[in-house]
Amino acid sequence: MAETRNFSIIAHIDHGKSTLADRLIQKAGLVTERDFRDQILDTMDIERERGITIKSQTASLPYRARDGEEYVLNLIDTPGHVDFSYEVSRALSSCEGVLLLVDATQGVQAQTQANLFMAMEHDLEIIPVINKIDLASADIDGAKDQIDRDLALDPESAVLVSAKTGEGVDELLEAIVRQFPPPIGDPTEALKALIFDARYDPFRGAVASCRVFSGAVRSGDIIRFMFTGKTHRVEEVGRFQIERVSSESLAAGDVGYLIAGIKTVADTRIGDTMTLDDRPADEALPGFRESKPMVFSSLYPVSSDDFMSLSESLEKYELNDAALVYTKDSSSALGQGFRAGFLGLLHLEIVQERLEREFNQSLILTAPSVEYHFHLENGSMLSVDNPTYYPDPMSISRAEEPYIRASIYIPDRYMGAVMKLCLERRAENSQLEYPSSGRLEMRFDMPLAEVVFDFYDRLKSVTQGYGSLDYEMLEYRTSDLVKVDILVNGERVDALSMIVQRDRARTRAVQACERLKETIPRHMFKIPIQGAIGGKIISRETINAFRKDVTAKCYGGDVSRKRKLLEKQKKGKRRMKMVGNVEIPQSAFIAVLKARDE
Amino acid sequence: MAGTTRPGLYVHVPFCRTKCPYCAFKSTTETARIGDWLSALEREAEGRRGLFGWYDTLYVGGGTPSVLSDADLRRLMGTLLGTFHFTRDLEATIEVNPGDVDEAKAELLYGLGFNRISMGVQSFVQPELEFLGRRHNAARALWSFDVFRGAGFESLGLDLIQGLPGQTVEARLESLKRAVELGPEHLSCYELGFEPGTPFYEARRKGKLSPPDGDAAAEGFLATSEYLEDSGFLHYEVSNYARDERHRSRHNRKYWRHVPVLGLGPAAHSFDGRTRWWNVPDVAEYCRRLGSGDSAVQETEDLGPDQLRLERLALGFRTREGVDRKNLGDVARAQSLLDRLVMEGLVTVSDTRVQPTREGLCVADGLARGFCDL
Repeated sequence: MAETRNFSIIAHIDHGKSTLADRLIQKAGLVTERDFRDQILDTMDIERERGITIKSQTASLPYRARDGEEYVLNLIDTPGHVDFSYEVSRALSSCEGVLLLVDATQGVQAQTQANLFMAMEHDLEIIPVINKIDLASADIDGAKDQIDRDLALDPESAVLVSAKTGEGVDELLEAIVRQFPPPIGDPTEALKALIFDARYDPFRGAVASCRVFSGAVRSGDIIRFMFTGKTHRVEEVGRFQIERVSSESLAAGDVGYLIAGIKTVADTRIGDTMTLDDRPADEALPGFRESKPMVFSSLYPVSSDDFMSLSESLEKYELNDAALVYTKDSSSALGQGFRAGFLGLLHLEIVQERLEREFNQSLILTAPSVEYHFHLENGSMLSVDNPTYYPDPMSISRAEEPYIRASIYIPDRYMGAVMKLCLERRAENSQLEYPSSGRLEMRFDMPLAEVVFDFYDRLKSVTQGYGSLDYEMLEYRTSDLVKVDILVNGERVDALSMIVQRDRARTRAVQACERLKETIPRHMFKIPIQGAIGGKIISRETINAFRKDVTAKCYGGDVSRKRKLLEKQKKGKRRMKMVGNVEIPQSAFIAVLKARDE
Repeated sequence: MAGTTRPGLYVHVPFCRTKCPYCAFKSTTETARIGDWLSALEREAEGRRGLFGWYDTLYVGGGTPSVLSDADLRRLMGTLLGTFHFTRDLEATIEVNPGDVDEAKAELLYGLGFNRISMGVQSFVQPELEFLGRRHNAARALWSFDVFRGAGFESLGLDLIQGLPGQTVEARLESLKRAVELGPEHLSCYELGFEPGTPFYEARRKGKLSPPDGDAAAEGFLATSEYLEDSGFLHYEVSNYARDERHRSRHNRKYWRHVPVLGLGPAAHSFDGRTRWWNVPDVAEYCRRLGSGDSAVQETEDLGPDQLRLERLALGFRTREGVDRKNLGDVARAQSLLDRLVMEGLVTVSDTRVQPTREGLCVADGLARGFCDL
């Protein structure tokens, strides 16, 4: 145990977290130069493209230190988006230390600070690391000053590296060994192992990533999940070294994986504690929270023939994503589909993209909704996360929507822009705090509905990437909620309906109509697009008809070309939904979903 | 109409004296290759001798067939008449450039058996002719027309190009008026296209030429149709007008009705009702292949029922005859779309056919697209 170090890297976006992780892995000799792919830990395409980590992955790095001892350095990667802040907290509680990465060209950023607070909450040892020292614009002294002034950390403890060139990485490895404390815990006590991640392996079932805090577990043991109470026989334990490498046991202080014939990752709840069935721990590790969907949207296959295929894909996908919940749903416009709950909008987009890429599905998603409460005249309360079930307005005595407490960290020069954005999103009860000069923490109460759509993206945009957001749930608060319907060519498209606060209804309806006008192609006839509350039209756009749509010549050789074009268009129409005689492209549903461009 | 299901014969003459900046047709200015091309064509014709039975149309197109010398023309017709069977009511068309014609040429063509002329006039407005890079003037076109009439041709057609950048409806009608005054049996009015590979395409890409926008293009198209129909012409295909049903292009209608056509020459397309094939476009390659006993065919495609249906939609909505309702697909959905299109005045519907109106011809590609997946 004295030779083990468990740590994470935390950083502001683009400060080089993935590059540094890759460099550490490479230094440990786990991959040869030839096999080296950039950002080894970010295995999903989406992660590579967006440069963010969605699913954390762990690597156990063997390292012979200058003191001659062989160490095992467990690098626990963490996701970098507010949708996954719970997952981050579980990963951090599996560590004793963190590397706090600061870009030498940009200095300490808002997210660096937010990350620092989180690390401090978990009582972690912190090593500041100044990265990108190879760049001409690197200002190492400036970065040290900020570490001292803004983070109140010892600037002389900072390790200087270039993750890109590898400079300083040897010193960093030594610092990890010297400065991070070894894990503590008694391997002879009852087993307590924290699940901080789970992946699905098609041959082995769920593979749980865990940190053992006390006791030990080996194959053949019967383990019990303390929250679910379920028991399983352990088939294999081991460590992650890019690939899984099995070992005899995992004991207190170890980070590794456990396979126990568990069919889905939903049975391995992140944050749950595993113990031994025949010698259970008295109490579970603290901090477990059931993952709760915040955002709801319906998923429909573009072609209704593909419903079964979508159903099968979801079943498979679900094995690997415990946070996704779904039930059957149906729409008069879109046919049969599923109502699904997500952690947030990024999670929703990830699920959509992975279903499309990995399972070859063409999907239409409906506008995301939060869960609203309607207190009815008859005294009952109705929870509604789907606009279809919006109750008869006459029967509603009071409506409520969920509020959150948003904490936004920004450099203070963005205060005006962020304040404007937040007020547009019905923020109230603001509090400002200057944790250090030039840094600002803004706290607001906001309706969750205003945050779940694209608030995070808008925040990033108005702060040029410097803003970071965290939020916690508050209570439900009274709100005047209406249902906005969208009519295309006079027909209500139920999948485009949304529940919104009355003051926002017109704006949202206007935007939805504008977006639809931009994305629905011209037809051979005029198409009116209207937004309505009940029978009252509150917005209107018209898509004009084609005026001329014919090529001049069509003789011998032109016929094939014409047909091939038509074949292509026919294929393209499979990504369209027919509503009456109007072809609505999949992109239109998505455009409405991102209806806010203020 | 009698004979329209018999096969047609097309001969591609891939030579032009100059290349027009808007034209994407396969042609070369290397007229020195005409001899090689004729020899190759003779071999190709020989190989296709027994393919179809009696032909009731011959269409010599290009390129510019009128660049061929008298001797070349005699040799070509000698080969065709000696290889294939033609019906007595043969429609034999040749495309000519007004600048290439004199009395002797007109008489030769008539004597060789041609009875229909398609003359590439393009415009009767001099600045437009210059813009289009044409080497004749309007007066020459008028004169050539009379020369063909004098030689005995009873079926004369003129090709016009319209929708030039900046062209007003009045300017468009000016050429039409001059054309109508000549009294042709047929008119082809093509809206100017910007085809990849042409100088006009490049000019448009660089922003030096801008075609009329959607509304102006539609307005022009409809104005042409209205003017010509008021003048007694039948608007029977998107770009084609005939004095009466008898003077519709029997040959071109074969393409639109899936009637077999044998195409000879570089880039020529053939179709036998189910299979389409086409020759290599390059003249030198065409000559080399046939010279060494190989086939000139570049590619062949077999059309399944669904592909044939798509073509029937694409082709049918381009003609006033329209589409057989059997091709429209899923009855319930097609009916709802049809109702809407009738309401919009784009098609008329009978028990068996759906026929585009003038406004429908203007969006023929859209009509085909509307039904393609039903």
